[in-house]
This record gives sequence, C-alpha cells and structure tokens, in this order.
Amino acid sequence: MVTAPANLIEGIRRRDPRAIARAISWVESGAPLSGQVMAGLEQDLIDQARVYGITGPPGAGKSTLTGRLIGHYRRQEARVGVIAIDPSSPLSGGALLGDRIRMMDHALDPDVIMRSMASRGRLGGLCAAAGATVRILAGAGCSVIIIETVGVGQSEMDVIRLADLTALVVAPGQGDDIQAMKAGLLEVADLLVVNKGDCPGAEALALDLETAARDRPALPAGLSRVCMTTASENLGVAELAKTLDRLDSKRRQSGEHQAKRALAQRLEVVDWALEMLRPRLEKMIGATEAVTRDDPRQLASALIASLTGPER
Amino acid sequence: MNVEASRYRVLIGKPGLDGHDRGAKFIARALRDAGFEVIYTGIRRTPEEIAAAAVQEDVAAIGLSSLSGGHSRLFPAVLEALQAIGAGDIPVLGGGIIPEEEIAALQAAGIRQIFTPGTPIETILAAFREACAEHLRQNQGA
Repeated sequence: MVTAPANLIEGIRRRDPRAIARAISWVESGAPLSGQVMAGLEQDLIDQARVYGITGPPGAGKSTLTGRLIGHYRRQEARVGVIAIDPSSPLSGGALLGDRIRMMDHALDPDVIMRSMASRGRLGGLCAAAGATVRILAGAGCSVIIIETVGVGQSEMDVIRLADLTALVVAPGQGDDIQAMKAGLLEVADLLVVNKGDCPGAEALALDLETAARDRPALPAGLSRVCMTTASENLGVAELAKTLDRLDSKRRQSGEHQAKRALAQRLEVVDWALEMLRPRLEKMIGATEAVTRDDPRQLASALIASLTGPER
Repeated sequence: MNVEASRYRVLIGKPGLDGHDRGAKFIARALRDAGFEVIYTGIRRTPEEIAAAAVQEDVAAIGLSSLSGGHSRLFPAVLEALQAIGAGDIPVLGGGIIPEEEIAALQAAGIRQIFTPGTPIETILAAFREACAEHLRQNQGA
C-alpha cells in the first residue's frame, strides 16, 4: 500500500481501517507528511467527538471496563475509537501491548477502531502522539473515543488534559494507594469509579472516595462523582456512561468544554516543542565540558539563554 | 536502546483452539526485549480477528503460534483473511509444533518462515527484523 497524504485523508473520511491505521503510524513516527494529513481532517467531527479518559492503577480493571464501555456505546450505535497505552521498556525501548485481549469481543466490528500504543518514554501516562490519534479517530467518524492510560500512580495527569472527561478507576484491596492518591489524580479526575464492586471492601472504598471528593465542587444536576461498577459482570457500566454523557453535555452547554479543549491544544503545542527540543538540548549539553560542580539549574538557564536570548 | 527496532510493530496471534500460549508469550517477550512493540491478541482467535487487529495496529509483521496441530489449516486461513481485507502484503511468520514435512507446504502457501522448538531465538528475532524492514521499505510512504 503506497500512500500519499491525499489518499490517507480520503481513506480516513471513507473510514478505511488501513488508511486510519497508517495515518496514526505517521503521527507516531513523526513522518514529515503527517502534518498534511492532520490538516485535512474534518474539524466538525473533532469538535463533536466525546473524548473520555480511563485511568487508574494497574489491575484496577481499566481494560475490562473499557471493553464494556465499547459495548455500551455500540448498542447506542455510536462509532467508537479506542486508544490503549502501555509502557515502553526503559531498557529495550520495546513494549508488550496486551489491552486487546480484553476487548476482543469487538474485534470484527467495523465500527470499533482500536489502537494500542507504547508510551515511548513519556511519563505522563500517555504517549506523545495520543492527541493526534484522537483527532484522526474523530476524523474517521468515531463519535466516542476512549483513552485508556498506562497503569498510573499518583501524578500521571496527561490524560486529564487531553480527554474531555476522565474517570479514575480504582478497586478494593488497594486501600493504601487510595490514601496516597489524595493529593493527586483524586483531586482532578472528573469521576471516581470503584470497580470490582462485588469484592469485599468496595462499599467502604466508595465511602472513602465520597469523603475525599467532598471538598470539591458538586457536579451539576444531581450527578454523583463516585460510581460503582463490576465490569466483569457488566454492572454499573451503563450508569457510568450516562454520567459521563450528561456531564459532557452540561460542559458543552456552559462553554467549559470548549475552553478546556482550547487550553489543551495550547499545552500540547508546548509539549511538542519540548519533545522537539530535547534531542537538540541533549546534543548541546553533550558538547560542553562536563562541569559537574555547577548547579544544573543555572546551566539550564544558560543553555536556554543561548537558544532564545535571556528571559524577559 | 535499538532505536531502529523500537519502531517495529508486530502482532503475535494464536489462531485456533490451543489453550497454551507459553510459546507465544515467550516470543512476544523476546521481541519486546529486542526493542519491538508487540501487540498480543491472546489465545483462541479466529483468522479474521487476527487479520483485523493487524490492520488496525498497522503492524509490519505477524507471528502465528500453534501447538495443537491446526497450523496447516489455520496459518493459510490467516493469509486468506488478510487478503480479503486488502492486507495481503503484511508478512506472516509461524512457529510451534510443526512437523518437518509440513513446513514446505506452509511456505508454499505464503508463510514467510516457520520456526520449530529447536530454532534459536536469535534466528527468530533476525527473521522478524528482516520482515519488518522489508515491509516498511515497500510500504511506509512518508
């Protein structure tokens, strides 16, 4: 399959799986022509797509829950895109991407497009190309896009920015982690989901989360920030989806959604700038004499000043 | 870090009814440790599911594993499934408990290479590297 940007744009509009997949590969590898593809996507579709993040510690049930959410939105006849991110090995750079295993129910459904991605050194729980991948899936007609992050600890916040709404998924038996998370994701995730609701300790965990969430502003229209699911049995999933959808419509009406997307886009520009600068900076620092006693922060200031002039 | 290999995406699939995937997991892990991004589909997949996943993931090569004797039917079935969705160009390699005398037929059907329990892992990694490099050269466009 020989490809040109125009073919890919046309293929994405036609919802051709190969064109969609190839376009994602292009943005992932930083192909020079990927900019042309991105520019050819339909902005209306990108604006309309509901982008939901699913994050949480390893083993909380993110993949299983994502699989169930796909099922829910397919019953509503939405076309669904899924991005599932797993960590790259810091040693080999390789990655084992196994999220598909729990989502194979939808493997032959042409209206479910799933892409596994490796974090490729990014530490925020996403990968650098996640934003562009969301836009490609939206451009291919996915009206619901689910981003499943790597298993996170407390501070992997990238998805909060990229997704319109983010659900933090936790499971009973990880109690101490929940305590530790109080100052992190727990403060910023839009919804807090207790999965494995059939396991001992689920109710207590939900109460803990209610308490932790009490300091935050209440959600509109009687929506509850804490939800309980048992994804393996498909329990509570429809309610979770309903909460996400209602909250999303509210935020679109209030303009919050649009403001968040605009901010996210600006911050993604900064991310990319840093991403592109990194190799140059590494080269520059590699060329200087190793002065190990100097303060790294001072050295960094000098390095930046040499690129952009002194900070004003 | 092997920068070149870290861009290679491959899919490891287990078609058919085998319940054991030690071999597939061993290969998947070896590929990861060699810098590949490996999508693993899990056990008991149909040829059509494997083909659809390979297309969505835009992999440069597919590795199939079979331990229960279904390879003569299932490996070519994956090739047919790929062709049916316009992805016959993705190279397919296979491995598992495969009798010597059946290897030639599988290769004639279009399986690029066959590995058996005695094949050194370096040989397998080199074969995947070569298959990926060739596919990307012919395919990647940009």
